[in-house]
Amino acid sequence: MALTKAEIAAHLSEEIGLSKREAKEFVESFFEEIKSTLEAGSPVKISGFGGFELKDKGERPGRNPKTGEDIPIEARRVVTFKAGQKLKELVEESLPDTPNK
Amino acid sequence: MTKSDLIERLTSKHFQLSVKEVEDSVKETLMLMTNSLASGDRIEVRGFGSFSLHYRAPRVGRNPKTGDKVELGGKYVPHFKPGKALRERVNALNT
Repeated sequence: MALTKAEIAAHLSEEIGLSKREAKEFVESFFEEIKSTLEAGSPVKISGFGGFELKDKGERPGRNPKTGEDIPIEARRVVTFKAGQKLKELVEESLPDTPNK
Repeated sequence: MTKSDLIERLTSKHFQLSVKEVEDSVKETLMLMTNSLASGDRIEVRGFGSFSLHYRAPRVGRNPKTGDKVELGGKYVPHFKPGKALRERVNALNT
């Protein structure tokens, strides 16, 4: 099952003892802080977990796959995530080395 | 922004929480996210994005120093896909 904000909040309330409301608000601002930092153009580096970086992509020729029409893909800024060493290792060690889903 | 910057900003935003509570909550949140991926589960945060696992097939690599062949097993790697709100907000200042 996928981890969601609601689940994180429930854990914080149980483990740290925040009220339900505090936990919910905390989880919201946790992700909001990361978003607004990236929005302002700064990378976010969370040691052990990974880093969010920004990449500026130039315009490139594209095509509407349905109509075959040529449409330029505009220059844009995108977020990329690079998993940290610890996260990569934990995932590699605990999951099978053959595809299972 | 680093983890300690994040803790600082969240502390100044949540007056009702102590520094320790904020610190513990940040660590707990990151631990939950890490454990979720390590047990093969996705993370889905609306407006922010989702983390999933991508499979890398086994391959024969090479030791760049010696040129020797090295058998590399298959593995899973974490992948992040930004959500719509994040994509739009990051790109807004650019256009």
